[in-house]
Amino acid sequence: MPGAELGGKRLDFVQLIVSGLANGCVYGLIALGFVMIYKATEAVNFAQGDFMMLGAFFCLGFTNADFMGLNFWLAVPLAMIFMGILGYVFDWGVLRHMSGQSQTSIVILTIAVGFILRFVAGTVWSHEPVSLETPFAGVNLDFGGVVLGVNELLIIVVTIILTVALFVFFSRTKLGIAMQAASQNQLAAYYMGVPVKRIQSLVWALSGVVAAVAGILFASKGAIDPSSGLLGIKAFAAAAIGGFGSLPGALVGGLIIGLIEPLAARFAPDGFAGVARIAPYAILIIVLIFRPGGLFSQTQKKKV
Amino acid sequence: MTDKNSPVLRVDNLESYYGPIMAIRGVSLEVREGQIVTVLGANGAGKTTLLKTISGVMDPEKGTVVLENEQIQGEEPDRIVNRGMVHVPEGREIFPLLTVAENIAMGAYTRSDQQDINRDTEMVYSYFPILKERMSQAAGTLSGGQQQMLAIGRGLMASPRIMLLDEPSLGLSPLLTEEIFAIIRRLNEEQKVTMMLVEQNAAVALGVADYGYVMELGRIVMADDAATLAASKDVQEFYLGISQDENQRGQRRWKQRKTWR
Ligand SMILES: Nc1ncnc2c1ncn2[C@@H]1O[C@H](COP(=O)(O)OP(=O)(O)O)[C@@H](O)[C@H]1O
Ligand SMILES: [Mg+2]
Repeated sequence: MPGAELGGKRLDFVQLIVSGLANGCVYGLIALGFVMIYKATEAVNFAQGDFMMLGAFFCLGFTNADFMGLNFWLAVPLAMIFMGILGYVFDWGVLRHMSGQSQTSIVILTIAVGFILRFVAGTVWSHEPVSLETPFAGVNLDFGGVVLGVNELLIIVVTIILTVALFVFFSRTKLGIAMQAASQNQLAAYYMGVPVKRIQSLVWALSGVVAAVAGILFASKGAIDPSSGLLGIKAFAAAAIGGFGSLPGALVGGLIIGLIEPLAARFAPDGFAGVARIAPYAILIIVLIFRPGGLFSQTQKKKV
Repeated sequence: MTDKNSPVLRVDNLESYYGPIMAIRGVSLEVREGQIVTVLGANGAGKTTLLKTISGVMDPEKGTVVLENEQIQGEEPDRIVNRGMVHVPEGREIFPLLTVAENIAMGAYTRSDQQDINRDTEMVYSYFPILKERMSQAAGTLSGGQQQMLAIGRGLMASPRIMLLDEPSLGLSPLLTEEIFAIIRRLNEEQKVTMMLVEQNAAVALGVADYGYVMELGRIVMADDAATLAASKDVQEFYLGISQDENQRGQRRWKQRKTWR
C-alpha cells in the first residue's frame, strides 16, 4: 500500500531528525566549551573532545557495575565536579605558567593533552568501547507510531536546560558578567580589580563541566571509547560555523552539523553514501566562504 | 583618621622597564588627601607607565609605592583596587559589548555591600545623567565623550580613596574636555575623591589641579603648585598656548632647552 509506506517514511523521517538533533546537541555542547575558552583566554582547546570523553568515562567509572557501581544520579554530578576541577587545575597548574607563549605552542600543548587523556582513559577504564549504564537505556516512548528513544529526548531536554542555565549565568550573575568583561577587554577588567587569571581558570572549570555533560549525553546513546573524543573535530567545525566567538552560534552550528549528517546519508544518491561523512566540512567551507566570520559573527572587534 | 601630614599616595624612586627599555627613571611624588595632583608630560614621557606601575598593572624594578602608609608596589591590581585606589585608563577601555549599566556594575567588582553599591550607582548617574539615559545600551555604541564619562563613572564605583586618571581629554573636543574637567572638579570637591591626573593638555589640567609635576623621558623635571607652574616661563612656552600642529616642534625645542636642570 503506497499510502502506508509514505506514512512510514514520514515517521522514519521524524526519528531521523530527532536523532540528528540529539547528535547536534552533543556537538553543540562541545563547541560551547571551545568557544567559552577561546573567548576568555584566546586559546583553542583541541582537547575539548577528549575532555568530553573523559567526562563520560568518569561517569561510567562511578556508576557501571564493573567499576564503582554508584547510583547513576550520584555519578553524574560527581563526573561534572571532577571535570570542573580538572579544567581549573589544567589552567591554573599548566597554562598560567605559559602566559606570554605563542598561541601555537598552547594549541600544540592541548593536542598533546588530548593524546595523554586518551591513554589515561584507556589504561584506567578500557581501551574497548564500553556502554554507560543508565536507568533509561533502551527505554523508548511511542508517540502514535513515532518511536523515540528516551535517551535522545533527554539529550535535547538537558541541552535546552543547560543552555538556559548558561544564558542566565552569563547575563545575570556578577561572575558571569565578569567573565564576559574579561573576555571583551582583559586589561580593563584588570583595572577594575577583576582577578582575571582566576576568572580564566573558572572558565576552564565551567567548560570542563559542560564537557562532562556532553560526554554523559553522548555515552547514553551508545558506547564510549578513548578515541570518541575525536568527534571534537566536528564540534570544532560547529564552532567555526557559528562564528567561534558566539555561544548561541556554537549551539546552532552543532545542530546544523547534527542534522546534516543523517540527512545527507538519507538523501545522497546511490553510491554516494559516504557524503554524510564529509557533509559537516562541506557546510563549514560554504559558510566560511559566504560569511567568513561565521553565522553569528560579532561586529565589535575585541580588545586584548 | 585622616592625617593631614601623611600623603594618601607616596611614590619613591620608582623605576619601570619594558624589557631592556627603562621607561620610568626614578620618579618620586606625593598626593595628599583631597588634592588633585597633575603629572604633565609630552607623548612618550612615561605618564601611562607611571600610572600602570602605581596601580599594579606593571611591577616596578625598584622603588616603593605607599598607599595610606602601606607599601603596595608589585601587588596584584585586584588587591590594590580593594585598598581604595582605582585607575581610569588611557583610551577609556570600556567593555564594548556589555551594557552601560553592566560596565558600571563591573566597577564595583571588588565590593559586596549591595546597599552602598546602589547608592553609589545613583551618585554616578547624578553626575552623568546621559549614562542613565543610555544604561541598557551596549557601551561600544557610545560616543567618545560618553565613553570617557563611563570610564570615570565605572572607576567611581570602586568607591576609591584616590583615583588615577590617564588623559581624560584624549581625543575629545575642547567643549567636551571642559565638561568632563568640570565634573572631575565637582567630584573632587563634593565626593572628596583625591585625584592623580595625567595629562598632555596642561592648560585644562593646571586649571583644576592643586599641585603639578612635569615629566620628561621618564623623570620628574619640575614640581610646584599648579598656579606657580602655570605662571612659569617654561611651562607657558612649551605647554600652554601652543596650537596642536605646533605641538611636535614645541616638544623638540623643549628637549633641547631643559633650563631647569
Ligand atoms: N608596551 C610597551 N613596550 C615597550 N615600550 C613601551 C610600551 N609602552 C610604552 N613604551 C615606551 O615607554 C615610554 C613611555 O611610554 P608611556 O608611558 O606610554 O608614555 P606617555 O603615557 O607619557 O605617553 C615610551 O618611550 C614608549 O615608547
Ligand atoms: Mg599615555
